[in-house]
Amino acid sequence: MNEPLIEFSNFTFKYRAQKKPTLTDISLRIFKGEKILIAGPSGSGKSTLGSCLNGLIPFNNPGTITGELLIGGKKPESVFSLGVSVGTVLQDTDAQFVGLSSGEDIAFSLENLAVTQNEMKKRVQKAAKLVEASGYLTHSPQRLSGGQKQRVSMAGVLIDNAPILLFDEPLAALDPLTGKYATALIDEIARDTGCTIIIIEHRLEDVLWKHIDRVIVLDNGRIIADAPPDEIVVSEKLDKIGLRRPLYVTALERAGVSVMPGSNPGRIETLRLSNGDKEKLRLWAKAVTQPPFENASKSETSKNKEEPPEKEAQENTPLLDIKNVGFTYDETGTAALRDVSFKLYPGEMTAIVGANGAGKSTLAKLIVGFETESAGTICYNGEDMSDFTIPERAERIGYVMQNPNQMICKPMIFDEVALGLRVRGFPESEVAERVERVLDVCGLSRFVKWPISALSYGQKKRVTIADALVLNPQIIILDEPTAGQDYKHYTDIMEFLAQLNCRGVTVLLITHDMHLCLEYAKRAIVFSDGRLVADRQTYELLSDPALAKKASLRETSLYELARLCGIDDAKVLIKAYLSGFGADNTAGRGI
Amino acid sequence: MNFNIKRIVATAIGAAVFFLLARFVSIPIFANTNLTLQYAVLGFFAAVFGPIVGLLIGLIGHALTDLAFGWGIWWSWVIASAVVGLLAGFIMKAGKVEDGIFGKIDAVRFVIGSLIVHAVSWGVVAPCLDILIYAEPADKVFVQGLIAGAGNFVFTAIVGTLLLLGYSKTRVKPESLE
Amino acid sequence: MALFGYIPRNSQVHRLTGATKLIFTLALSIAAMITFDTRFIAFVIALSIILFAISKVRLSELKAVLVFITIFLVINNVAIFLFAPEHGVMIYGTRHELLRISGRYALTYEQLFYQLNVTLKYFAIVPVALIFFLTTEPGEFASSLNTIKVHYKIAFAVSLAMRYIPDVQRSFREISQAQQARGVDISKKASLKARVGGILTILFPLVFSSLDKIEMISNAMELRGFGRLKRRTWYSARAFSKWDFAVITVSLLCVGLSVLTLIVNGGRFYNPFTNPF
Repeated sequence: MNEPLIEFSNFTFKYRAQKKPTLTDISLRIFKGEKILIAGPSGSGKSTLGSCLNGLIPFNNPGTITGELLIGGKKPESVFSLGVSVGTVLQDTDAQFVGLSSGEDIAFSLENLAVTQNEMKKRVQKAAKLVEASGYLTHSPQRLSGGQKQRVSMAGVLIDNAPILLFDEPLAALDPLTGKYATALIDEIARDTGCTIIIIEHRLEDVLWKHIDRVIVLDNGRIIADAPPDEIVVSEKLDKIGLRRPLYVTALERAGVSVMPGSNPGRIETLRLSNGDKEKLRLWAKAVTQPPFENASKSETSKNKEEPPEKEAQENTPLLDIKNVGFTYDETGTAALRDVSFKLYPGEMTAIVGANGAGKSTLAKLIVGFETESAGTICYNGEDMSDFTIPERAERIGYVMQNPNQMICKPMIFDEVALGLRVRGFPESEVAERVERVLDVCGLSRFVKWPISALSYGQKKRVTIADALVLNPQIIILDEPTAGQDYKHYTDIMEFLAQLNCRGVTVLLITHDMHLCLEYAKRAIVFSDGRLVADRQTYELLSDPALAKKASLRETSLYELARLCGIDDAKVLIKAYLSGFGADNTAGRGI
Repeated sequence: MNFNIKRIVATAIGAAVFFLLARFVSIPIFANTNLTLQYAVLGFFAAVFGPIVGLLIGLIGHALTDLAFGWGIWWSWVIASAVVGLLAGFIMKAGKVEDGIFGKIDAVRFVIGSLIVHAVSWGVVAPCLDILIYAEPADKVFVQGLIAGAGNFVFTAIVGTLLLLGYSKTRVKPESLE
Repeated sequence: MALFGYIPRNSQVHRLTGATKLIFTLALSIAAMITFDTRFIAFVIALSIILFAISKVRLSELKAVLVFITIFLVINNVAIFLFAPEHGVMIYGTRHELLRISGRYALTYEQLFYQLNVTLKYFAIVPVALIFFLTTEPGEFASSLNTIKVHYKIAFAVSLAMRYIPDVQRSFREISQAQQARGVDISKKASLKARVGGILTILFPLVFSSLDKIEMISNAMELRGFGRLKRRTWYSARAFSKWDFAVITVSLLCVGLSVLTLIVNGGRFYNPFTNPF
């Protein structure tokens, strides 16, 4: 009775530039009205699968296909005929936004179909209403936030009435809270339109908090699992391929609770636990946090890490001392930062968190000297920095941008890293020695003769970190170091930073990645609307839902798990989770 | 040649970069004389995407620059820029650089080609338009054109070649990736 | 948006469609290019001034063009005189000397009249495009071009260029800050060589990250059906009113009038020296 809407049979695809196929022997059926999540690590072929659905493959990106793909019972003929039946929201909202205003962009596909202007206006209104974007139809893209741009993109796709909607990594560019709204919005669209929804994403937990019918897991170009979320989240296959399972599942398993599909673990809202299991978790949390925590605090105190840094204030000069700093944009007169004060001590690894536009990047720009504070002072090692130039500051504080492609300017790794020294006129012998040392620290020595274009994204990221480190700064500031990375690459980058931190480099992370804060930063400084609203231990932040919301972080699912199991103080559970994590990784550190 | 979507977008992005460099980035060398880089980028885009894209980048980029400066449109120079883009598009064989091929001979070809292109545009097209439109005296406009053309050529030859070299290295050849 | 001086005001010129203003701009430019008839060029300048007045654009907002043309024309007039002091004599075929300077340089009425014509021509041709630019919403540009029969793909490329200029500008600023942090100096303090090298460290990532963008944007456009049909409609287009037709008629008449001067004057130049006023 039920014909599949999409049917892959023994489908294999090889890109023209590749030797090996990217997708191998895919057999998959998707039915009308289903809501599917396609998950997999970077390079697993999940985006390639998406491109096959919307026709970019093979029509724009040639390659060899064997096997068959049918959409609505027909073979795809061109990108466009597919484009109409498979509406695609691409990952990069800036690339998808081609209009000079939101309204124009939403109307784009209708313009291409030569629809009359009257009808266009009506349909734009309707589509904008559906995604709650009616308030900014005349705005230019530069005036919109990432979340708003994504809404416009969604409206621009919905306007076609396509029966299938494909979302390619919809959460990658969004802060966690906005990501949460996006997932909810997709869920609403599914219900309102009855469309078949396909979401490609590696952030499993963030998608699964709303209903999903099936999860398809790809690894190495093959489907390794195709099952409902309840089964997927308990599958050990995920760990092996480097996909992160929901935190609450990991916590339960660490506590020795065997989570079965029958207890509906796909979403925390549907999870059912027996009283025995709840008790097990409570006991585990207690057991893990009490004795080892004492140990930990002993060993940590010697490193001045665990205790709030304020207590050390008398003994230690802060490396960075931000005093009552404010910043106002000249052109608009709007205050981006107001009365911000905090101290950063040597050896810290600290996160600055907050929603987009809360002022975190502005603060980083003030510290490295791209902008000048309109009030207050910034001291480095007790010395007022206001007379320091940008290059002078760079010798003390390294700054690494989010996108490595915007920093790299030489074709060869050695020359790239050497640039900062050469422009400072160091003799070539010293340049060579220092570059080699830094490349060694960054694990890039064996690539020294390679062109940078041959490196992966994560390796390029390391190159840009090396760019900063070669000047021997005491502090390194990283803007969203893990944005858009899957769990494996995320772990690689963060472990590398943790290692640098162990070598004595103070690390300041600007991020809205909750996991990153939780697992790597001991201290979190929270910004909201240009003000510093909190400065505390990370686990405290994440167990305070009101504060987490201010920081535009999602409250962690551990918080809900604690509530479910009757643990009054969620901190205990989060701490227990963290200690387990730390133990796992001390062994793993040392790449 | 097929003016496909990729070329349309290349035109737009190329014009945006041309605009940015012309409007905001100049290296003052001495009083009132600036070195500008937009013709290097124009030569690069034309070599990669072909003559039509080159023509349009020169036309759109230069016209938008003039307008954004609030200068009105200086047609003879706008058209000369378009001619630079058009002719530069014929220097390299279509699609060759995109496939990652740019050797020494190609570099020499690009430099000599650029010399001819700029000589024609600034030494012939722009002055002739000035004579035609404004009936300006011939020797004045030719001297003026050659001075402008020389600077534009030097930058196109050096920076354009480096850009092409860098770009060709980022391109992947078929079946080359494991 | 400050970058593209669109000045939103409520005026009859603003209410004209972009296409009308574009036709007016092109027609007047061409008309003023064709002929050297002083009377006609003065008429074209008067028309532009009237339109600027109606458009409620303030004189201060035209400062850039006026200052720039003035400076350019001072230099240009000096240069013309230095290179070809007898050009006017050659054109008009008579020689009425006003002032003897020295050597081959002498001031003649013919030269003065010729240089007056050149000056007027620049004022007639160069600023008129600003009427279109300052009074038309950027969103309407593409449809305006398309209306005057520019292929919609090219028209859209113009709109797309304007869409991405602020993005390219932002990424230029970010790249340049990151490179400065590494010690690259592009300020006037640095030597010329260091400055050129510094600009290149910014230009390379800028161009290559722009190329990455091309791929993504063209995919996005193709997925949404761009280029599929022979024509397309425009969300931001506006309907013609009787004023539009009136302005277009005047514009076309100007071109006609310009051609007429060629016939009346028997050439491009109006010659007051042989046919006295």
